[in-house]
Amino acid sequence: MILRAERRELGSCRAASLILTQSACVLALSFCVTACALAQTSAVDEIAKYRAALQDGNPAELWEARGEDLWKQKRGPKQVSLEGCDLGLGPGIVKGAYTRLPMYFADADRVMDLETRLVWCMVTLQAYNESQAKKQPFGNGERKSDIEALVAFVTSTSRGMPMNVALKHPKEVEMYQAGEKIFSYRGGPHDFGCVTCHADEGKRIRLQDLPNLTTREGAQKAYTTWPAYRVSQGELRSFEWRLYDCFRQQRFPELLFGSDASIALTLYLARNANGAIFDAPAIKR
Amino acid sequence: MKSPLISATIITIGVSACVTAASNEEISSKAAAMLKSSFKANGQATLDRLDQDATQHLCSEFAGKAPPRDVAQKIEALNLATVKYPTDGNLLGDWKNGEKIAQEGRGKQFSDDPAGPVGGNCYACHQLSPQELSYGTIGPSLYQFGKLRGYGPETQRYAYGKIYNPDAYAACSNMPRFGHNGILSEQQIKDVTALLMDPASPVNR
Repeated sequence: MILRAERRELGSCRAASLILTQSACVLALSFCVTACALAQTSAVDEIAKYRAALQDGNPAELWEARGEDLWKQKRGPKQVSLEGCDLGLGPGIVKGAYTRLPMYFADADRVMDLETRLVWCMVTLQAYNESQAKKQPFGNGERKSDIEALVAFVTSTSRGMPMNVALKHPKEVEMYQAGEKIFSYRGGPHDFGCVTCHADEGKRIRLQDLPNLTTREGAQKAYTTWPAYRVSQGELRSFEWRLYDCFRQQRFPELLFGSDASIALTLYLARNANGAIFDAPAIKR
Repeated sequence: MKSPLISATIITIGVSACVTAASNEEISSKAAAMLKSSFKANGQATLDRLDQDATQHLCSEFAGKAPPRDVAQKIEALNLATVKYPTDGNLLGDWKNGEKIAQEGRGKQFSDDPAGPVGGNCYACHQLSPQELSYGTIGPSLYQFGKLRGYGPETQRYAYGKIYNPDAYAACSNMPRFGHNGILSEQQIKDVTALLMDPASPVNR
C-alpha cells in the first residue's frame, strides 16, 4: 500500500513537472521540486510511523478506549448506556461475545454480525434512529466512526479466546450457505469474485501476500486478525470495512453497511475460523 | 431404547441431506437475490454489474477451481466467438505505452474518476519487465514472453486474443476479459501485446 501510494504520488509529480517545465517558469519549477519532495516525505513518514507503531504498541488501543467510553456513556435520546446491550451471551456480557458472532437473534429475527447488532442496540436501547446510528460506519480522517471504536472495544475483550461460531438456527445455516455462494460469485466488468484472489495458496498481488480463505487454516489466520489498525490509513478498520473495500477493488457497486451479503460472508469466514484463537485488534500495513 | 433414536437420527440426516442436495440451485438464487439487496450504485459502479453473463454464471459454480472438461469447452467456445481482431491487421502497438497500461491500476472502481485512466494492472498478477520488482503471482510470469515463444504472427494473435478474452483459451480464468468487457480499447490491447511481443520490449531483453 505504501509502495503503491508512493508510486502514484511520484507519477503525478512527474506529470506535473512535465507541464510546468513547459511553461519554463522558475517559480513553478521550485514549486514542483517542493511538491515532489513532500510526496516522498509523506511516504517516508508513513514507513517511519509504521515502524514506530510496531515498536510502541498498537494504536488500536486508542479506539478500544474510546469504544469503552462510548459503551458506558449514557447517550442518545433515551440517555442510556449500551451496557444493557445483548451481544448474544446476555445483556451486558461483552467478553467472548465476538467469538460467537455472527449469530441468530430472536428479538430481531435475523442473523447479525457485531456491527449490525451494535446498530440494533443503539436504536432499541438508546432510541437513535437507524440512519443516525449508521451515518459514519467507517472513519475518514477527522470524522471518526463510533461504530469502529465500539467494534475495537468489544473485540478486544475476546482476545485469546477460541472462535466458536455455531450453525444451529436454520437462518444461520441459510446465511452460511449464502456466504459460501457469494464468496464464489463472479461479476462486474473484471469478472472478479472473492475467489479470484483468495482461493489459492501462496499467491500475492503486487508484493502483498493473499490468504487462501477456502481452507480452514487460511480463514483462521485471516479472520482472527481483524479488526486491525491500518497504518497506511491511520484508522482502525472493522471486518465490514474489509469486505466493503474488497468489493470496491472487485469493481462491484458499493456494499451496504449491515447488509445481508456482508453478514453472510462474515458468517462463512468466522465459522471456517472456528477453533482458532482470536487475536485482534491487530496492526497491519 | 437406542434403535428408535438411531433410526430417527438416520431419517433426520437423510432428510437434511436430501434438502441440501436438492437445493443447490435454490441456495444460488437466494445468494444472488441477497447480493441485489446488499449494494447501492455508486458513480460508474452501477447495480447492473451484479448481473452475470453466461460465463460468469457458469464459472461461479466451481469455487475458483477449474470446471470439468465439458463445461470448460463450452465456455471456451462461447468466448472464442467474441474475439475481435483489429481490422487493419496490425496487432502490435507501442510497448512503451503498453508498459504504462500494465502499471496502471486505476479504472472502473467507484472510487476512480470515470474520465480518468483505465489500466490493465498487469503487474498486480504477472511478472513482465524485469526492472519492476513489485509484481504479483496470481498469474504466470510473462518475462521473455515473445523470446521464449517466438515473435511469429500466430503467437501475436494468441497474445492479442488472450488479452481480449482469456476465457477463450482457459475457461474461468482469473484474468479479466479486457477487450470483451470493454476495459481496454483496441489500441491499448495492441500496446500491451507489443509489451509482450516486441523484441525491443524490456519483457524480451
